[in-house]
Amino acid sequence: MSTRKTLFDKIWESHVVAENDDGTSLLYIDMHLTHEVTSWPGFESMRNNDRPVRRPDAVLAVPDHVIPTTNRGERIEDDQARVQFETLVKNCADFNVPLIPLMDERQGIVHIIGPEQGATQPGITLVCGDSHTATHGAFGCLAFGIGSSEVEHVLSTQTLVQKRPKNMRVSVDGDLPLGVTGKDMILAIIGAIGTAGGTGHVIEYVGSAIRALSMEGRMTVCNMTIEGGARAGLIAADETTFAYVKGRPMAPKDGDWDAALDYWRSLPSDPGAAYDKEVSLDAEAIAPQVTWGTSPEDVAPIDGRVPDPAAAADDKQKNAIQQALDYMDLKANQPIADIKIDRAFIGSCTNGRIEDMRAAAEVAKGRTLAAGVSAMVVPGSGLVKAQAEAEGLDKILVAAGFEWRDPGCSMCIAMNGDMLQPGERCASTSNRNFRGRQGRDGRTHLVSPAMAVAAAIEGHFVDVRELAS
Amino acid sequence: MKKFTTLSGPAAPLPMINVDTDQIIPKQYLSAITRAGLGKGLFHDFRYDMEDKEKPDFVLNREPYRNAKILIAGDNFACGSSREHAPWSLDDFGIRCVIAPGFADIFFNNCTKNGLLLIVLEEAKVNELMALADNPQACEMAVDLEAQTITLADGATVTFEIEASRKHRLLNGLDDIEITLQKGAEIGAFEAKQKAALPWLYR
Repeated sequence: MSTRKTLFDKIWESHVVAENDDGTSLLYIDMHLTHEVTSWPGFESMRNNDRPVRRPDAVLAVPDHVIPTTNRGERIEDDQARVQFETLVKNCADFNVPLIPLMDERQGIVHIIGPEQGATQPGITLVCGDSHTATHGAFGCLAFGIGSSEVEHVLSTQTLVQKRPKNMRVSVDGDLPLGVTGKDMILAIIGAIGTAGGTGHVIEYVGSAIRALSMEGRMTVCNMTIEGGARAGLIAADETTFAYVKGRPMAPKDGDWDAALDYWRSLPSDPGAAYDKEVSLDAEAIAPQVTWGTSPEDVAPIDGRVPDPAAAADDKQKNAIQQALDYMDLKANQPIADIKIDRAFIGSCTNGRIEDMRAAAEVAKGRTLAAGVSAMVVPGSGLVKAQAEAEGLDKILVAAGFEWRDPGCSMCIAMNGDMLQPGERCASTSNRNFRGRQGRDGRTHLVSPAMAVAAAIEGHFVDVRELAS
Repeated sequence: MKKFTTLSGPAAPLPMINVDTDQIIPKQYLSAITRAGLGKGLFHDFRYDMEDKEKPDFVLNREPYRNAKILIAGDNFACGSSREHAPWSLDDFGIRCVIAPGFADIFFNNCTKNGLLLIVLEEAKVNELMALADNPQACEMAVDLEAQTITLADGATVTFEIEASRKHRLLNGLDDIEITLQKGAEIGAFEAKQKAALPWLYR
């Protein structure tokens, strides 16, 4: 067996507590992020079985999914949502788990606050009962989403029983054209590999275009790895990563910082390490992307067209395209730029960070929403919101006609009352264009923040690069 | 955890690829703090119209599929979110076995934790079973996990592969947490070693 190891191999092998006879491994988990939707069954079962949380210091909880983004501080009106939120607060108190309270400035989407607080660090294993846990792989850690049973397993034992996934490498080389973002890159990658392209694998993203991304851009890329079927995406930590982590509340300090740096620098994949699957993309060929269907793989460049089911490779694809076009109320061969929108949503764990707020404000500056379009901007955390307000971004967006909301998952999953009405069409910076995801019979087109704002200004999709000129 | 040994009953066909977990159980069922009644929400938007009335065309609203025990699905079934409500809702409806060419990774693990059997078969074989399931006279199937067989209405059998670890867990209804808690000493030893090397991870 080759001694040349990938980044994934190194993290995996340094976290194996025991190899089981059946080929699974008992894997140690360094950090466990949690929220209100998927944690209650675990706490309930542990209470019934009189089991403690093994390492409360390795858990961080925050409410985000069901939280209203207006009238923060008032009683949550929806009874179920309120009870679920209150259950998280009570469980954290009972089990001594650190919780960022709703009214704390640090509150936000779990995948935004992990990095902000320094809980997300290179080389660690990190899990959360949420599929977009893949986000944290941007720091060169092994981060993946788990179900509620596994949440309980981690709370009780600080480990998980896992089958080792395979290595996949996605290389993106060259310079992204001006105005093209990490969001466009990951949508193009998913378009290339398909929504099951990474199933059973961990994807490592490499190449000059990846290295050139900010941490925000890298998090956007890793975030949507799950939309390509892989539970985890990884980008090796480098100076960009270290500069982001340094000084954050939970990051290593003083003498520990230098020891951590030495360790982190030993983790990138060895030259010549083997991958089970490889894909390459040319960054210079990527244009701003817009999804047209009901799966994230249904994507086209802004100058492209809606596909024609008649041209599909087989009946299965033909049916899938036709079903998507029927749901989305689109016609075969329709230019993407002709699609008119009713709503725009800027936010989510995919695009709710400060760089996304800046990109949105830059396009919105001095412009106004098209007639009939409504749009909201939901910062990913209280700290993102405060930073944006310090830079005056909120004023620019509000002047252009956008609503400026309080942080949470909001209309990415539409559990908190922020949702599309039947038939409404939305330019969304979130991660899933599944049927009904943003509201029953709502139609979601996934785009970057700049493209969402440009569509909201023009009333239809438009190449933001042309708008800028 | 519930054991899975044998299961027989109608198999319902769902000939769509990339059915995501939002289709299996939508968001409005995720804010409760109970698993009870999730079967009603299974495939909600396919099953009910905007007035919450059943859509008569959808397979689970037709006989004999109202009592389906097995689901035959397209590739990449249950992609998307980690919500364990997806297996819970299938289980609550009465479906404890899904047969497809492929499943999403998180859903796969969640099913094993809940005693649901997922069977991966080649696409051509899934298509054959899909055609049989589509015929109410031929849709009865019987799954035997120990023997790794699916017996069809005409008595023919289809065999399937399964990893030894998953088979063992399902047949015996093993609770991973109980088993792992017995390895407390090994976990403690790992922690002591890691704490010495990477002390900042212990707060």
